[in-house]
Amino acid sequence: MAKTYSAGVKEYRETYWMPEYTPKETDILACFKITPQEGVPREEVAAAVAAESSTGTWTTVWTDLLTDLDYYKGRAYAIEDVPGDDTCYYAFVAYPIDLFEEGSVVNILTSLVGNVFGFKALRALRLEDIRFPVAYVMTCNGPPQGIQVERDLLNKYGRPMLGCTIKPKLGLSAKNYGRACYEGLRGGLDFTKDDENVNSQPFMRWRHRFDFVMEAIHKAEAETGERKGHYLNVTAPTSDEMMKRAEYAKEIGAPIIMHDYLTGGLSANTQLAQWCQDNGMLLHIHRAMHAVLDRNPHHGIHFRVLTKVLRLSGGDHLHSGTVVGKLEGDRDATLGWIDIMRDSYIKEDRSRGIFFDQDWGSMPGVIPVASGGIHVWHMPALVSIFGDDSVLQFGGGTLGHPWGNAAGAAANRVAVEACVEARNSGVELEKEGKDILTNAAKHSPELKIAMETWKEIKFEFDTVDKIDVAHK
Amino acid sequence: MSDVQDYNSSLSDAAQSRKYETFSYLPPLSKESTRAQIQFIVDKGWNPGIEHTEPENAISNYWYMWKLPMFGETDVDAILAEIENCHKAHPKNHVRLLGFDNFAQSAGAAMVIYRGVSV
Repeated sequence: MAKTYSAGVKEYRETYWMPEYTPKETDILACFKITPQEGVPREEVAAAVAAESSTGTWTTVWTDLLTDLDYYKGRAYAIEDVPGDDTCYYAFVAYPIDLFEEGSVVNILTSLVGNVFGFKALRALRLEDIRFPVAYVMTCNGPPQGIQVERDLLNKYGRPMLGCTIKPKLGLSAKNYGRACYEGLRGGLDFTKDDENVNSQPFMRWRHRFDFVMEAIHKAEAETGERKGHYLNVTAPTSDEMMKRAEYAKEIGAPIIMHDYLTGGLSANTQLAQWCQDNGMLLHIHRAMHAVLDRNPHHGIHFRVLTKVLRLSGGDHLHSGTVVGKLEGDRDATLGWIDIMRDSYIKEDRSRGIFFDQDWGSMPGVIPVASGGIHVWHMPALVSIFGDDSVLQFGGGTLGHPWGNAAGAAANRVAVEACVEARNSGVELEKEGKDILTNAAKHSPELKIAMETWKEIKFEFDTVDKIDVAHK
Repeated sequence: MSDVQDYNSSLSDAAQSRKYETFSYLPPLSKESTRAQIQFIVDKGWNPGIEHTEPENAISNYWYMWKLPMFGETDVDAILAEIENCHKAHPKNHVRLLGFDNFAQSAGAAMVIYRGVSV
């Protein structure tokens, strides 16, 4: 029998709390961490989140009856305690796939982290994880090239790649900047990188930077016989301008360009990623602004969600944190989102904060980039944690070498190769790290002086390596 | 500045400056390490393959294949023997060992075992 219209405010849970619901394979699933206002029942708040992030509004409207709301609504289907934190709980919501435009992470985020985050019944709300059904994944373009194609394009096999962010991040002229790139590349780096806030400032307009950097790449390639790249940052005030810079990078033969996907915006990022795929270009992704969204444990969007969003929107590299640098203690969670970047199927694993199985179908992977506060002494741990499909990026750890960038680059290259050789021979890197580096330094004065310049770090990962409950 | 060391690399000094990817910044692999690297490839389930090139053509994607990749070969001595055969036949060339990962459709490992002299 058809429903009748009754104006007024209904409790959300009458419509949107469905603990008996079994999610469908095609549903988009979300896990929210909810910190409620006092006195509001859990089911009501969970249902409110489901409603406000899907079809609902605060009052019944007659037009509800013109559609099949029971089909289109989001469904709060489970609630769980957060281990070790009584102020909040997890709510799981299932959304039918037709709520979202195909191939649009923009549309999904607009719903899932839209109005609902300002909802009064909540003190705080955090989107912990999303399960994208493979049916939806396959509507997205994804990474332009993927890990294997990048290896083939650049002829890098069987080891992590090495990069370096050019410093000082602001103020160098284009010619001096190209010099810094050249020195790093000739010393053995695979990549140098524009800092994220290098766009096209008065002291160095983008076009001169691109030209000088390409000369640096070409000369370093001729000198070393190896293939090189520099992440030319095409992040720009408008997407038209972004595309103009990308086209020029392609015209001069650059193998890889760079974009800031959060500040630049997801529409621009998706557009650029599709262009990169069409034009055979690699795309490096920076994540400025992520900590605004992901750092507060009770409010915002967890980085594993931002990782999935980037893989769908498109990018071949994504900064992941280093574990050993400034982010020590996040090892389990970092390993979780590294898997989310690279693997084709990731199992639910609460010990690493992964709430859902995630099937990526045939979508290529993204290479994690470890960057920030790392130097040669970290190399054994980095190779052990990140494995070969990674970019290890030493900024100060290259440029700060007492003999200059080329020597700094060579020190890092010797160190990474020594670690890979040892690992392949069955040596435990994190235990034997000091011996590996000390032995390698016998043949490399550049590495020896680097090890003396930077303080030895202890390889004491057992103390850090404890499994946290899902969240502290 | 006297304690600052120059980085010796140039277009004109090929023997000193040209590299050839993984492990080319280390001294040549010892016999023992070479065996360990082969064992690593075998243990990963990858197919060993041998390629060689004149050093001046090393930038090419396509080095000369030495026979076919050794599909299913797990005997370290047999693989070593083929590397030796390739080196004897082309003593001036780079000889590299690859481990083909057919699931990734990419080489999981690639390293030059015999180093030619770049000119």
